[in-house]
Amino acid sequence: MPVSDFQPVIGLEVHAQLLTQSKIFCGCSTAFGAEPNRNTCPVCLGMPGVLPVLNQRVVEFAVRTGLALECTVKKTSVWSRKNYFYPDLPKGYQITQYDQPICEHGRLVIDTPQGEKVIRVRRIHMEEDAGKNVHDASGGQSLVDLNRAGVPLLEIVSEPDLRDADEAVEYLKAMRDVLVYLGVNDGNLEEGSFRCDANVSVMPKGSSTYGQRCELKNLNSFRFLKQAIEYEISRQVDVIESGGKVDQETRLWDVNKGVTRSMRSKEEAHDYRYFPEPDLPPLHVSDAAIDAAAKALPELPRAKLTRFTSQYGLPAYDARILTAERPLADFFEACAAHYADAKKLSNWFLGELMRLLKEEGTPLSALRFTPAQLAELLGAVDKGTVSANAGKDVLGEMFRTGKAPADIIAEKGLAQVSDTGAIEAVVDDILAKNAGEVEKYRAGKKQVFGFFVGQVMRAMKGKGNPTLVNDLLKKKLGD
Amino acid sequence: MALTLEQVRHVATLARLALTPEEEQRFSTQLSAVLDAVAQLQSLDVEAVEPTSHATLAESLLREDVTRPSLPPEKSLANAPAKSGTSFAVPKIIE
Repeated sequence: MPVSDFQPVIGLEVHAQLLTQSKIFCGCSTAFGAEPNRNTCPVCLGMPGVLPVLNQRVVEFAVRTGLALECTVKKTSVWSRKNYFYPDLPKGYQITQYDQPICEHGRLVIDTPQGEKVIRVRRIHMEEDAGKNVHDASGGQSLVDLNRAGVPLLEIVSEPDLRDADEAVEYLKAMRDVLVYLGVNDGNLEEGSFRCDANVSVMPKGSSTYGQRCELKNLNSFRFLKQAIEYEISRQVDVIESGGKVDQETRLWDVNKGVTRSMRSKEEAHDYRYFPEPDLPPLHVSDAAIDAAAKALPELPRAKLTRFTSQYGLPAYDARILTAERPLADFFEACAAHYADAKKLSNWFLGELMRLLKEEGTPLSALRFTPAQLAELLGAVDKGTVSANAGKDVLGEMFRTGKAPADIIAEKGLAQVSDTGAIEAVVDDILAKNAGEVEKYRAGKKQVFGFFVGQVMRAMKGKGNPTLVNDLLKKKLGD
Repeated sequence: MALTLEQVRHVATLARLALTPEEEQRFSTQLSAVLDAVAQLQSLDVEAVEPTSHATLAESLLREDVTRPSLPPEKSLANAPAKSGTSFAVPKIIE
């Protein structure tokens, strides 16, 4: 059977570092990039006799995320120990949640070529991150940095509802957008503060029994997620086609070779012997706390996208880009309050503004001009005070200096000539000087028109209002 | 309930314990006795009793999300058998 006779089945596990100041069970800083082991203390080093004390912000973030993903938030959840040995795990166990996680039964809607699709979220739980191992290139040792040990994580597990690599990528992007909107995670795949493992299996089409699954790791970009899943699907189909059977195992995505390979070292470790964490009592979340979190939820990316299309009449393409990040969406709305033509505004956002932001590497929060100033510039272009092209220069100047558009237009002499009399004089002059061309035009050689426009514009140093120039030329040439 | 030697070895491996054949025998007997005691408890009817995960009834205490000073790395690493800079050094981890 070819690959097309098999149905892939995919579930994703997302690990998101929470944007807290301090670690989950101690007061050490979560700041990234400190000298190794600078942010460690007896609690996160796993010294004997210490006790964990839960960071309340972690609970708030978990509840907020659970509500945003339409989960049931459990009023009682229980901490467990997951036991295994690894150099980056100082205590020999990870404090996590196992059989009673804080949130269950949620959903996330994604876009597919067939339309909207609901991906169920099985559970969300809180846990501590492990440290980081650095493999010393020079010698026979590995180095352990425990700054990350104890940084709070949310693990968000989907049901196996995804059916191909593209859906998996859409899900992961949508999940990242939600977490970033909620302010609980920075969404950085490359630095590893937003991570993803994929469970992949294949079954013959029409079957109702899932095949044996493999867990893929090291998927630190959307591209790698797609490539690894596609590779893994064809690998599993090959194994089955050649009469073999897929082993349940953990496989690592090898970026350089573009293959997944078995991590045999992880196999026996799957016997984690979970038991309730004796150092932490069950966690209770009150109805009042859940209600308060629900009331404080921001508008989520998907709802905002829908609203941008309906309220502003924008195409889905525009709305998607404008709502990808909350600050950009907020800035757009602030501008739209001063300027009625949302589509025209969107064109400036998607074109010039985003180009400037990217080129200058400026965050939106550092913009020097106000929404009202941007609206003023667009109004000037509409009125013909400046040409659209000169308007772009004005925006660039506003971006760099924060000066008002009117001042820039005046200083740089960018104002467009819209005085009909002034333009008419130039047009008459050009036509008089080019009698031969005028003759040709009247004889039917219409392409000469562009020549006249060019001549007039040159004579006016590019400042003639193009619409008026065109209109007057046509009138004078008798069209 | 008798624990097989195979099971004793598996648990020992997970706990990173190297047992002699005599110890394997001894722990097989001892661990079996523990399991028997638990099995006895399991014969009780606890249908109407809510499962207990903790012996105390303490409410979860939460702390504010504020940082406190960490240890200086020299102190964090004071007991390390081996170190390199301010990192713990361990035998090479092979993947």
